[in-house]
Amino acid sequence: MTTQVSQFAPTPESPEDSSGAWLAYSAGLPVLVAVLALMFGWHIAVGAKSLPLSTVLNALISYDASQFDHMIVRDLRLPRAVIAVLVGAALSVAGALMQGVTRNPLAEPGILGLMAGASFAVVMAIGVFQTVPTVWLPWVAAVGAMVTAVVVWLIAQWAPGGATPLTLTLAGAAITAFLGALISVAHLLNQETFEQLRVWLAGSLSGRRVDVLSVAAPWLCLALGVAMVLSRKVTVLAMGDDVARGLGVRTGWLKVQVLLCVVVLTACSVALAGPLGFVGLVIPHVVRLFIGSDYRWIVPYSALVGGAYLLGVDIIARLALRPQEIATGIMTAMVGAPLFIHLVRQRAS
Amino acid sequence: MSESISSRSIRYASRLQGESLTVGYDAAPILNDVDFQVPDGQVTILVGPNGSGKSTLLKALARILTPTEGQVLLDGQDIHRSKTREVAKKLGLLPQGPVAPEGLTVRELVAQGRFPHQSLLRQWSSEDERAVNEAMTVAKVFDFADRPVDGLSGGQRQRCWIAMVLAQQTDLVLLDEPTTFLDLKVQVDLMELLVQLAHQMGRTLVVVLHELNLAAAYADTLVMLRDGAIKHWGPPSDVFTSANLKAVFDLDAHVIRDPHSKRLICVPTSAPEPAQHIEVGVRIA
Repeated sequence: MTTQVSQFAPTPESPEDSSGAWLAYSAGLPVLVAVLALMFGWHIAVGAKSLPLSTVLNALISYDASQFDHMIVRDLRLPRAVIAVLVGAALSVAGALMQGVTRNPLAEPGILGLMAGASFAVVMAIGVFQTVPTVWLPWVAAVGAMVTAVVVWLIAQWAPGGATPLTLTLAGAAITAFLGALISVAHLLNQETFEQLRVWLAGSLSGRRVDVLSVAAPWLCLALGVAMVLSRKVTVLAMGDDVARGLGVRTGWLKVQVLLCVVVLTACSVALAGPLGFVGLVIPHVVRLFIGSDYRWIVPYSALVGGAYLLGVDIIARLALRPQEIATGIMTAMVGAPLFIHLVRQRAS
Repeated sequence: MSESISSRSIRYASRLQGESLTVGYDAAPILNDVDFQVPDGQVTILVGPNGSGKSTLLKALARILTPTEGQVLLDGQDIHRSKTREVAKKLGLLPQGPVAPEGLTVRELVAQGRFPHQSLLRQWSSEDERAVNEAMTVAKVFDFADRPVDGLSGGQRQRCWIAMVLAQQTDLVLLDEPTTFLDLKVQVDLMELLVQLAHQMGRTLVVVLHELNLAAAYADTLVMLRDGAIKHWGPPSDVFTSANLKAVFDLDAHVIRDPHSKRLICVPTSAPEPAQHIEVGVRIA
């Protein structure tokens, strides 16, 4: 037996996956970071007034308050680009975590109702209190997302057969539709207040919510970090509760941690950009097509691809009907759906 | 019944023990006041009709289910009060019908077995690499190490899962119906592998099995459960009897010894038995 082992075993120093996949996966990360940086610069460069990339770079590195272009970059366009990256990353990572933990390929904040809950909470808060300090928006959204997540889970648990991927998806869809109807009713009853929310509810990056950004960004980044730490355990949990417990994972506690992480990611995204669909569902699947099922790779890749994707979509949203602007929430699916179908077909053949 | 009482009084080394285990709700416990000591270095096989509590006993021993009364001791420590990751370094579990996430390769799956040995600060090491390679070699899955698990045959898949539990490098391994839905040849191969693990590598195995003849052929200790209690317990030559099969499974069967392998096998008969069938059976035996 020992001869067999030494015959097959690669050198002890070799990385985990001797097929070279490990090396390829880690090499892909800096490449993606470079792509993300390029998209980031491009995103800032385009707009009502096109700026050369060199100006963008200058404005970011050595800011000169006397130059008007620098002011455009720093005050108007940089926040929007940062929001696009953060929201894209947050939604993709939230989707990836939920798909892993629930072993449901359809799981994501939108489909399981968290996004509708967060939106509903924000709409209600503004409807009741007229003006809500923006500092509170992420927290209001978080409470909405959390309560909805629990309600969806309870409904699914209540159904015959318990909380299966199917019952969770159905409960999420039902709650999303129900809350959507309530938001419409609120809108009808109070047109003036809700007119300002209309664009936000379609999912938009145009609000330039710098004040919300300063509140949400630290939490969002913290949650992304926690997601990275949890990713190893999510891979184990994706193999089944009993397998995970046998390997020494405290599955109940892990699920609570993941839920909190997902709620923070969703709430910050909704507070920043409204309910953006599609990103959380599709980006993790695209990532999986290329790098497999280990969440230690899926999570960072989803963050980078999601961020780059939302930047790209927002560039198109601003360029397509210039000087008009299409809501980003509409573009995410319009651009993404054909792309996704193409990818799936290509990989299948 | 006398066998079970006498076998309970036999003394042997046992690191994993269940003490007056009751699992389930008060009105209808699935497992009722069960005492059980797993013999070290042996293949112990749990059999019983559906709903007898054999899987429940295994899950309680593996700390997946928490008993309402009694306790499970691993090296003298209450397993449900121990740190689960520390337990996972001593005790491995292969649950029934595990499903690998789509696209996970064999090597990735087996590597998950190293989870309890790793931490944030102590990531992948050469020791992990060695354990994974050795596990894949023993379970004979090296040839398709880089293929996705979901594309393999049932038998190959099950060997991958066994490799994962082996990579965990635990002295004790619990397996819940590892041979279900596999071809007979594949079942036999798997059982040979498990026996080899116990007898040559000193692992302690507890296996829930459905297939009675496989259980009788490969068990060092055979445990028969019915209605949430252990009814018979001992080496197959003592407990694998016609009377016990009738009492535990309500199965009418002859138990005969295969002249070549010297293993016990049961041959079901229909009840009431036509006289000529008995004669045929006797003649073969």
